[in-house]
Amino acid sequence: MAAMQQESAIRTSNAARVLIYLLLLLFAFFYLLPLFVMGVNSVKPLSEITGGNMMALPEIWTLEPWRKAWSEAQVGVQATGLKPYFWNSIKMVVPAVFISTVLGALNGYVLTKWRFRGDTILFGLMLFACFIPFQIVLIPMARVLGIFGLAGTTWGLVLVHVVYGIGFTTLYFRNYYAAFPTELVRAAQIDGAGFFQIFWRIMLPSSGPIIVVSVIWQFTNIWNDFLFGASFADFSSQPMTVALNNLVQSSTGVKEYNVHFAGAILAALPTLLVYIVAGRFFVRGLMAGSVKG
Amino acid sequence: MAAPVDADFRTRLQVWLPKLVLSPSLAMALVFVYGFILFTVYLSFTDSRILPSFGWVGFENYFKLFRLRHWEIAVTNMGVFAVLYMLICTAIGLTLAIFFDQKIRGEGVLRPIYLYPMALSFIVTGTAWKWMLDPGIGLENTMHALGWESFAFDWIKNRNYAIYTVVLAAVWQTSGFVMAMFLAGLRGIDNEILKAAQIDGASNWNLYRRIIIPQLRPAFLSAFVILAHLAIKTYDLVIALTGGGPGRATELPATFMYSYTFTRNQMGIGAASATIMLMTIAAIMIPYLYSELRERK
Repeated sequence: MAAMQQESAIRTSNAARVLIYLLLLLFAFFYLLPLFVMGVNSVKPLSEITGGNMMALPEIWTLEPWRKAWSEAQVGVQATGLKPYFWNSIKMVVPAVFISTVLGALNGYVLTKWRFRGDTILFGLMLFACFIPFQIVLIPMARVLGIFGLAGTTWGLVLVHVVYGIGFTTLYFRNYYAAFPTELVRAAQIDGAGFFQIFWRIMLPSSGPIIVVSVIWQFTNIWNDFLFGASFADFSSQPMTVALNNLVQSSTGVKEYNVHFAGAILAALPTLLVYIVAGRFFVRGLMAGSVKG
Repeated sequence: MAAPVDADFRTRLQVWLPKLVLSPSLAMALVFVYGFILFTVYLSFTDSRILPSFGWVGFENYFKLFRLRHWEIAVTNMGVFAVLYMLICTAIGLTLAIFFDQKIRGEGVLRPIYLYPMALSFIVTGTAWKWMLDPGIGLENTMHALGWESFAFDWIKNRNYAIYTVVLAAVWQTSGFVMAMFLAGLRGIDNEILKAAQIDGASNWNLYRRIIIPQLRPAFLSAFVILAHLAIKTYDLVIALTGGGPGRATELPATFMYSYTFTRNQMGIGAASATIMLMTIAAIMIPYLYSELRERK
């Protein structure tokens, strides 16, 4: 791990460094631009957007678009605002994140500390599930949810997100527990501790960081999902992303851009807050999903 | 006499318990992933229309699919989108990572700014860029308001250029992530070799070209695999940004599959297109996962 922290031995001239700083700032501007545009235009009256300049600060500051986006904008057929959909997302995300993380932790524990023949292949099978194009499961999933009476319900979506999320959570815990000294587990076993006792008393207390990684990753992924929400949910369970899309794409009446921007920020807020508070762990999850070495 | 039997049962339970604990997840994967894949592949050989039906038609759906102009457009768009998206993300990611490797002050502030788009939903990204690129209220309108009356930028409304706006928004979302992958690779390179080469008088350009970039091969590979699979799965972004339009200008296989299956009631053809998407991703992911999992032993 020491190698990861080292700084490069490369030396650059001052002129080159000035150029580098300029380019880095330019890119920072590029990445921040949409957030800025969403922000300033969500607190402007509509006339200032259609008649004015998207980059300008508001002349009249107003929170009306936010109020409208939250509680009275036309989403789909009903004028409910995004509020009910926000709660739909919460009701879906919390159990899905919890269940997939618990299963991932147990799987990771089994796959590293109770290894058996063929365990790597089984893990590979589970991991591949994270990368499939989900179009391939849409048709049968719709049927199965229908058969079990879960079509259009929050619990149906929870099931879907757990099923296609455990590959990643298992990956996180497996990589993390692989570095955990197996001797400790064996010693506890000799002392008579059972499978769950070892997990509960020895593994779990030192799993803090990876639990955070798993929870944040799952939270972000599930909150941001659109395809499953659009395919399997109805009004009582549609998540925030689907509602936002309905709000923006609705073709009736005047396009209220300021309300759309406020709605987009509302949909982004939970994951953005998590990123601001614990971005380090989010990035770790991202990296673990790509560079498994 | 009971005690040894109990102990025996306990031991056997302990032997089976790990597999028992793993089995629900495994069963879910087998049914919901592999079973479902088989089902969809099977449907692609049937005459399913609005609902699954089981009349065998052989490769008929695939022949139909490849004769469809709509599919041809979706595949061509995917080619253009995937190549540009992967190239630009890699170029930006590598450049930014090399910049950050020059002992940059404020790295701790800048890096999170580059990466935050990854935390957003594609629907949010699509919405933001949709209006920013909209000629009526976005960039073009802003330039006019600032006094540049002749400025025109209507790519998002233009059949020939709309696909590039999808590239732009997708690059905005993921290039920071690619930067992080390369940066992790750069931070893992042994400085001793670099110092030795510097003593031999190697220029920075040569250091990067001859020593550093060749050592980033694993990072290039990861970036390629991740970007390719994200490109093929791109769906939400197009829905939010252009809805596949104008016309069919930004239609991709994922949007094609959805509309043929669920709105045009051509489930057989939809299943065939999903099968092709899966095979493309499998061709990239399976060798990659195989080598990654093997190396760990």
